[in-house]
Amino acid sequence: MRILVCVKRVPAPGSRINITPDALNVDTSHLGFTTSPHEECAVEEATQIVEEHGGSVTVLTVGPPEAEEQLRYAASVGGSDFVLVINDSGEDWDPQQTSNAILEAIADLEAADGEYDLILFGNESADAGGYQIGIKVAVALGRPAVNGIKGIDVNDGALTARREVDIGYEVYTVPTPAVLGVKEGINLPRYPTMKGRLASKKAEINKRESSALPGPQQKIRLHQPEETVTETQILGDGSDAAVKIVDLLDELGVL
Amino acid sequence: MSGVYVVVEHDQSCFAPASREALSAARNLGETLQEPVVATLIGEHIPEFAALCEEYGVVEGVNLNDPKILDYGPELWGQALAELLVLRNPRVVLTVGTDRGNEVLAQASARTGVPFVANCIDVNHDGVWNMTRLQWGGSLLEDSAVDSPTIFLTYAHHSMDDAPAPAPKNAVIDTIDLDLDPILARTMVQDRVTLTEGTTLSTAAVVVSGGRGVGSAEGFASLEELAELLSGKVGCSRAVTNNGWRSHADQVGQTGTRIAPEIYIACGISGAIQHWVGAMASKNILAINTDPEANMVTKAGYAVLGDLHEVIPAVISEIRHRRGIDS
Ligand SMILES: Cc1cc2nc3c(=O)[nH]c(=O)nc-3n(C[C@H](O)[C@H](O)[C@H](O)COP(=O)(O)OP(=O)(O)OC[C@H]3O[C@@H](n4cnc5c(N)ncnc54)[C@H](O)[C@@H]3O)c2cc1C
Ligand SMILES: Nc1ncnc2c1ncn2[C@@H]1O[C@H](COP(=O)(O)O)[C@@H](O)[C@H]1O
Repeated sequence: MRILVCVKRVPAPGSRINITPDALNVDTSHLGFTTSPHEECAVEEATQIVEEHGGSVTVLTVGPPEAEEQLRYAASVGGSDFVLVINDSGEDWDPQQTSNAILEAIADLEAADGEYDLILFGNESADAGGYQIGIKVAVALGRPAVNGIKGIDVNDGALTARREVDIGYEVYTVPTPAVLGVKEGINLPRYPTMKGRLASKKAEINKRESSALPGPQQKIRLHQPEETVTETQILGDGSDAAVKIVDLLDELGVL
Repeated sequence: MSGVYVVVEHDQSCFAPASREALSAARNLGETLQEPVVATLIGEHIPEFAALCEEYGVVEGVNLNDPKILDYGPELWGQALAELLVLRNPRVVLTVGTDRGNEVLAQASARTGVPFVANCIDVNHDGVWNMTRLQWGGSLLEDSAVDSPTIFLTYAHHSMDDAPAPAPKNAVIDTIDLDLDPILARTMVQDRVTLTEGTTLSTAAVVVSGGRGVGSAEGFASLEELAELLSGKVGCSRAVTNNGWRSHADQVGQTGTRIAPEIYIACGISGAIQHWVGAMASKNILAINTDPEANMVTKAGYAVLGDLHEVIPAVISEIRHRRGIDS
């Protein structure tokens, strides 16, 4: 199986997401960065499929030059080829520009080395959460797409994909080449091994530009949701608080 | 170009609760834009459709039907909306941002080139579309402007009140027969598997949740016991699932489950924003933490400062004592 995984570099905020003074971006001056969680699982899933069935895992991101960090991380946990489509505007592109940039790269990569049997996306990106880039790519390629996937089995020429619903799951049988959007929980991503870390330093990153144009959606500003400030009532210290805790449970009618 | 078309979500002819939110939101937007609202049903006709429309003051409906639509299928449903765009030239197509809602509108957008904006909480139009939408699963808001005659959008799930408003007259439902490309049936639901019945993490009245502070998989034994005594469920943070201490099905937060219990007991959880956003709908929160500065402690209504491995067993024996159970 030839698999492509599209991942996004996102900041990893702690107790609060701070915003830059121009209100256009998350203030990342004190933050680390990570791979958006659903996509971290997509990389793991692709790696497991290739370990079992053979093939290759190409990891692609559209982002600033620093997004090389997320591709190298992917290299340390299983990817084989790495593509960075550079956006050095300092801001995320809108969904149309991002999906067109990904499509441009796919066209070149497939022309050179053949079609991907499977393209994996996250269900949604952790920050923007536009819920559409994978689907836009799939429709432009004329390939089937299903989101919300929490399990993939590979059979001859088809994939069985399980989609989480409240009380269980739905089963889809999708012919390849296919596009799936996965959710965290589909697997437990491995941690990099020492060997993986060394390999990731040597991994070659295919950097490319994009000629995709902006779409009609424009970000005006970011702002904080309204917060209800609560006065915290301290019920006590350590085990001495047990009586008060049980009183509270009783009061709330859950005892 | 006219009309606010609202997709009424259903699963095998059973209306999704979110469809009521969608109808309420559509009625509000229709009033703002001075546009008629048209309820849109995809698939085989459902006898109760007209009555549902009337309950929400909507007197016009369309049923987009094709015998190939035997079940939910993102490509079939998305293409049905793409054809609606050509046949009816709507100004807005909207629904609620459930998994299916966001997926179907993204499909329709990809097939038509009409922009799609997911998880809005406020929408209006003054030459361009202005919307406030959720980022980071609701931890942050974005104001966006879209310059386009037609727009596809979803309202964030649970952001709109379910507000019935009986219609003055009977709803008229038009049927539109489609002939969709049969290849699109490749992504239709093939089978369903039921795993749980009864209470789930998202519906539990009590959630006892543990974070990195629990220290190990075994450390969850006392949380399990407390949850059981209270007929609740055990939850956890992402630090816990990443360590392999518990299954992801228990994770609360942006990339886990959103909960809304009567009381959330958060033990050894710092309260990172991505965790908080999954827990903030809880009616009461009790944080048990050694750190008085932890975000979970400062945001909770109730807190106990201390080691969870001392506090939880003490709570368990107090409950047993009051119930007259020997421990
Ligand atoms: C895009 C993205 C999405 C994410 N989604 C989620 C999500 O869905 N859910 C989620 O939970 N996280 C999520 N995270 C991770 C999140 O940012 C935090 O890393 C995580 O929630 C931390 O888990 P924690 O509170 O258990 O651990 P920590 O932050 O390490 O906190 C441990 C706490 O335990 C306390 N403690 C230690 N020992 C004891 C003791 N003996 N008794 C009492 N208290 C003790 C400490 O004081 C501390 O407050 C996400 C992150 C990103 C970047
Ligand atoms: N900048 C990007 N580079 C590569 N893939 C991306 C990028 N942005 C989004 N994606 C992929 O598209 C999915 C959906 O993103 P979104 O439409 O923003 O919710 C994500 O889970 C990623 O897999």
